[in-house]
Amino acid sequence: MTAPIEVTGSETQAQPDAVLEGIEGKAIQGRSLGQIAWLRLKRDKVALAGGIIVILLILMAIFAPLVVKLLGHPPNEFHQDLIDPTLGGPTSSLGGMNGDFLLGLEPGNGRDLFSRIVYGARVSLLVGFMATLVAVVIGTVLGVVAGYFGGWVDWVIARLMDIFLAFPLLMFSIAVVGVLPDKWLGLEGNGLRMAILIFIIGFFSWPYIGRIVRGQTISLREREFVDAARSMGARSPYILFREILPNLVAPILVYSTLLIPTNILFEAALSFLGVGISPPTPAWGSMLTDAIRTYQIAPYFVVIPGMAIFITVMAFNLFGDGLRDALDPRSNR
Amino acid sequence: MKSRPRILAASSAGVVLLGLGLTACGGGGDEKTADGAGFEAAVGKVVNPSDKKGGTLRMAISSDIESTDPGDMYYAWSTNYVRLYSRMLLTYASKPGDEGRKPSPDLAEGLGVPSADKKTWTYKLRRGMKYEDGTEIKAKDIKYAVARTFDRAVLRHGPSYFSNVLDAKGYKGPYKDKNLDNFKGVETPDDYTVVFKLKDPFTEFNELVNFSGQTAPVPQDKDKGERYGLHPISSGPYKWEKDYQPGKGGTLVPNSNWDQSTDTNRKQLPARIETIAGLNAEELDNQLLKGQIHVDLAGSGVQDNARKSILTDPKLKAQADNPPGGFHWYNPIDMKVVPNLECRKAMVWAADRDAMWRAYGGDVGGEIATSIMPPDVEGREKGTDYYTKAEKGYKGNVEEAKKSLAACGKPQGFETTMIYREDRPKEKGVAIALQQSLARVNIKLNLKGFPANTYTSDQAGSPSFMQKNNVGIGTFGWLSDWPTGYGYLWALSDKAAILPSGNVNIAQIDDPQINEAWKKSYTTVDAAERAKLYNMIDDRLRSQAAYMPNVYAKSLLFRPSTLNNVFFHKGFGMYNYSTLGVTQ
Repeated sequence: MTAPIEVTGSETQAQPDAVLEGIEGKAIQGRSLGQIAWLRLKRDKVALAGGIIVILLILMAIFAPLVVKLLGHPPNEFHQDLIDPTLGGPTSSLGGMNGDFLLGLEPGNGRDLFSRIVYGARVSLLVGFMATLVAVVIGTVLGVVAGYFGGWVDWVIARLMDIFLAFPLLMFSIAVVGVLPDKWLGLEGNGLRMAILIFIIGFFSWPYIGRIVRGQTISLREREFVDAARSMGARSPYILFREILPNLVAPILVYSTLLIPTNILFEAALSFLGVGISPPTPAWGSMLTDAIRTYQIAPYFVVIPGMAIFITVMAFNLFGDGLRDALDPRSNR
Repeated sequence: MKSRPRILAASSAGVVLLGLGLTACGGGGDEKTADGAGFEAAVGKVVNPSDKKGGTLRMAISSDIESTDPGDMYYAWSTNYVRLYSRMLLTYASKPGDEGRKPSPDLAEGLGVPSADKKTWTYKLRRGMKYEDGTEIKAKDIKYAVARTFDRAVLRHGPSYFSNVLDAKGYKGPYKDKNLDNFKGVETPDDYTVVFKLKDPFTEFNELVNFSGQTAPVPQDKDKGERYGLHPISSGPYKWEKDYQPGKGGTLVPNSNWDQSTDTNRKQLPARIETIAGLNAEELDNQLLKGQIHVDLAGSGVQDNARKSILTDPKLKAQADNPPGGFHWYNPIDMKVVPNLECRKAMVWAADRDAMWRAYGGDVGGEIATSIMPPDVEGREKGTDYYTKAEKGYKGNVEEAKKSLAACGKPQGFETTMIYREDRPKEKGVAIALQQSLARVNIKLNLKGFPANTYTSDQAGSPSFMQKNNVGIGTFGWLSDWPTGYGYLWALSDKAAILPSGNVNIAQIDDPQINEAWKKSYTTVDAAERAKLYNMIDDRLRSQAAYMPNVYAKSLLFRPSTLNNVFFHKGFGMYNYSTLGVTQ
């Protein structure tokens, strides 16, 4: 009962793994941490599947115009000749799903759901990635500074993190997006809304990264190699950027991967509440809102954006978990 | 919801005894089914006539109520609802069919009597009418109620007819000028006589007085300006239990100082009336179909999901009505933001009328509009189409739109904002349809939604907002204030109707021909001659592309089987609220 949990950490596992590799008749060669991690990741089929889905999603978002050109119709094009004017649903069965409309038709306007899902990925992924980038930059800088310098600097930054974590973010974002001007800082329309979303989501999720970085920094700054550098006359910036930061890459990478799906969900929630991207730009969250208004007319319409969000978040989480196991941020050597 | 066996029966006669507390209700049971009285049964006659007292009537609305102040409301359902706790000089008769569009005396003994020149209108008050605290209603309270509508900084939502037609010589309202004697537009020679002094002769003044809550008496010492609406002093069958809570709702309880024998247009049946504001529209429909909520206050019909349930389930359909609601959902084009006629023409040419009609729900949602005045207005002519075709399947004319754009000097197109009420999916649907169809000629619409309770005062209703935000077009719906061309068109076409907030002349049209026609109409005594002028104005509004016609609304209204005395009221374009009862 008194044994620290860390004992079972993979520092002890890492060596046998590497050793076993060597015994299998091949020439023993030195492996970097990165190589070992890659080997482990390759063996984790679930994480790998997650990673492949993530890559496919990213490719789909980047090449959305091409994908839609090949497999669908323009995302904002109406196909009302296929819609019953009184009930609003598609006149054909299965929600209009066929070779022409792979995921069926949106009720009312008859827009191609497949194309809208493909284009919707752009918003979700862009906001998810960029907001995470913002969070990582702020979180890392403040986390390292707090952990390394300690004292009152640490106290101030730690309290700041507490405040940010306690902030009623959802309500705040609704208010901010609601009072948004049309043009600001040279941006307008959806560009501006997107920028604001990225900023808000990123700016309020940095403490998650910040806390982890801070904790790691505190343990790192007491290590021998840091002492050694310091005793040889290295200054703080050198120690921070050349000694400590490289050791933080693994945990930062892992937590970024896990933060991305959280941010994608948050974006979806905001557009679900009507404060995301303006129509007609498709976004998964706002598609869900529309779908709920017509769930009796077109039940499939609820499922499709729901599945898109689910698969994306799931893929990122699986990949992130696998990455964590592979890199194991706890074995910081 | 399900019906316990009831002894209630549908009245076989089309008329119900609404008046004078006559409580005997329709007798013989005929073909009434277990649930509901049949599709369209509440159009033209009363469903479930009953004078059964007690129970809780639950009403709900998906947005917030713009204001509960009788002087500060303009939505048709608000003026319907306010009759539960306020009485006015005149009010719509609570009767099904065309009878319901006529003014009837309420606090007044009879309709107003005009002088020979139609510039002075005199109303005699009934004696012994009381507020909820038992004090008597006096003529000066009505004078005060009218006076306060002059201050549009305080009462921002309501109609502005009084300040336009009354001869008040620059009076600024009682909040700036406390001495009511300085208000010369209304005179009170004694406690029971109210005399309105008009600037110009005006023949439809009874209709003007009748349609709004602005003649509901307000005691000057109880008025708290903008905050009065939170707890208006009742003169009707119900009073506020506590303050109205914006965004949440409030409860009405019977007012013991109201006397049924003096009031033919209201009843005091439910023991409580609960109003819930801000209920999600889908949830509202669900509860309505289950009978947990009795009335959807907005009165504009159910949403898409419930529409499907109702139309596909015969049992539910028997509890629904699909009458023309009197509304025309049109799209004003702001002439200050899009000043060039050719550019506005391009917008109308490019509009996909079929998609806009579908956004309202096809045949159940309404009929494609030609004129601005809906068919119900007296003397209205169908009118010719300008720059569009009012027919199903018409997707707009891209060629003509491009020609107009070139003539406007913007062959490369232009960009403007379109606003709509965010909590109304149909309006959002129209906005998306317009955005999509105008994009074909490179007219880029940026869509922005706003909540319905501020939309008419602060966004669409605020010319400065429209100009500052480059809002060229919006969605809007209008029900005639009273069923003549004046009652429909004046507020949206006269230069004098343009207001800094609560503006209905959203196009900001200031057209010499129209302004001239309005002046001429005031002195035209013959109704048919006036109708000619109104039709001319309607024509001009469309040839100037100031208003894009869209759809004459039909609402799919639902009445739970537990709701009594339900009928479609033509004046309000929805069920009448002042006579409802519940069976529980």
